[in-house]
Amino acid sequence: MYHLGMDTTQPQITEERSEDVSDAEAVAEELELVEEISIDGMCGVY
Amino acid sequence: MTALTERMKDGLDAPICITWELTYSCNLSCVHCLSSSGRRDPKELTTEEAFRVVDELREMQVFYVNIGGGEPMIRRDFFDIVEYATSSGVGVKFSTNGTYIDAATAQRLAAMDYLDIQISLDGADAATNDAIRGEGSYDTAMTAMRHLKDAGFGEFKISVVITRHNIAQLDEFKAIADEFGAQLRITRLRPSGRAVDTWEELHPTLDQQRTLHQWLLGHGENVLTGDSFFHLNALGESLPGLNLCGAGRVVCLIDPIGDVYACPFVIHDEFLAGNVRNDGGFAAVWRTSNCFTELRGPQSAGACASCGSWDACQGGCMAAKFFTGLPLDGPDPECVGGDGEYALASAGAIPRPSGDHSKPIAVQLGRRSNA
Amino acid sequence: MLDSPLKLHPSVALRPEPFGALAYHYDNRRLIFLKHPTIVDVVKDLEQHPDLQATLSAHGIDEQQWDNYDKAICSLIESDVVVAR
Repeated sequence: MYHLGMDTTQPQITEERSEDVSDAEAVAEELELVEEISIDGMCGVY
Repeated sequence: MTALTERMKDGLDAPICITWELTYSCNLSCVHCLSSSGRRDPKELTTEEAFRVVDELREMQVFYVNIGGGEPMIRRDFFDIVEYATSSGVGVKFSTNGTYIDAATAQRLAAMDYLDIQISLDGADAATNDAIRGEGSYDTAMTAMRHLKDAGFGEFKISVVITRHNIAQLDEFKAIADEFGAQLRITRLRPSGRAVDTWEELHPTLDQQRTLHQWLLGHGENVLTGDSFFHLNALGESLPGLNLCGAGRVVCLIDPIGDVYACPFVIHDEFLAGNVRNDGGFAAVWRTSNCFTELRGPQSAGACASCGSWDACQGGCMAAKFFTGLPLDGPDPECVGGDGEYALASAGAIPRPSGDHSKPIAVQLGRRSNA
Repeated sequence: MLDSPLKLHPSVALRPEPFGALAYHYDNRRLIFLKHPTIVDVVKDLEQHPDLQATLSAHGIDEQQWDNYDKAICSLIESDVVVAR
């Protein structure tokens, strides 16, 4: 397997919230409940 | 980088969309073909096998497939597969050189739902286009587009791979798209497939990349980019889109013989994740393959760690690095900070793509009369 | 929008994901990330209630959050993912 640039030396940094945060707080923290991303044209074909 | 994009890096339960090359057979021999297409592979998926792939995509709720090739319309069961997909709720966008779209076919296509078409055009005039795609291919594409317009297909796409020679024609491409009521899609040339040998003389210069970034920003979401230019974000303002490498995380490739690769631009054993013919089919490859699991793991910025632009460009395109002999945890060969050029000077051996399906006649860059 | 009767557009597919769901509109090819499980439940359930605020109440969503949900639903209406009924 080619070396994919896997970082084995450092712990993964994530933005996961801790599990004891209530749903309401989570929603407040998230602020944006929906997000649109343009995918029309995505995926490679020439 | 938004929290959402960070989450995309861990992969999704199923791809957002996939590229599905239906055949390696092609009537053209474009010098930059990402799949080195030309001759049909006798091990090509049968119609029944193709239907099973569609069944899986439906079950996984993959919203749409990008069908390509080769020239996908060469397959005699092309319409059977497309109709099977769209009637299963898997939307289809297919990419074609237009050879097989006559007036009657255009009408048939216009009557179908959940279908989008992309016509490839790599020059705003015949000389520029045909130097890349072969003699007569400009007229062929224009004729197909006229048929689609006359048939009332609606807004199809015109897909342009940006090169050093056509980048000055951006406004002309836009005018052609407007004339046909089509939407323009501009994508990045990768050193994949046959372009492993032509990339060096075809890829845009650094100055041209700056011009392109400004032009794309000026046109916003009206011009599609297939999310292919996120390495340009290091120039400042970010382009619309996901802006990260989606390989094995949100997209992948199924090739004509059912091999699944991380993305359409890395047809090489190093990025081969499995085959849809094996136990568990496509779903097992997507969910459990070592290759994809590794791509979804934390990635190191490597040599780019100390660069202030890494957050914006994410180190660029994996395929572009791989097929120019650069390490994956370093700058993109077209790094707008100039680090790619520096890295290329000491790049390793350039890997060869896994399959060469080119027709026996050697493909050469055509001569351009206006060069 | 709080007092509007709404529903999910019939051409929209929702696909569950760990963070919530992906909504894909087959007609306009827009892809929307619903970034919390609760907004997914609300969107799915709009048609079962007289209006948006009734849906929010039924899902026990704190009134302080209603503006935020209203904003989210408005953007979904803009994308034609949610429509009036």
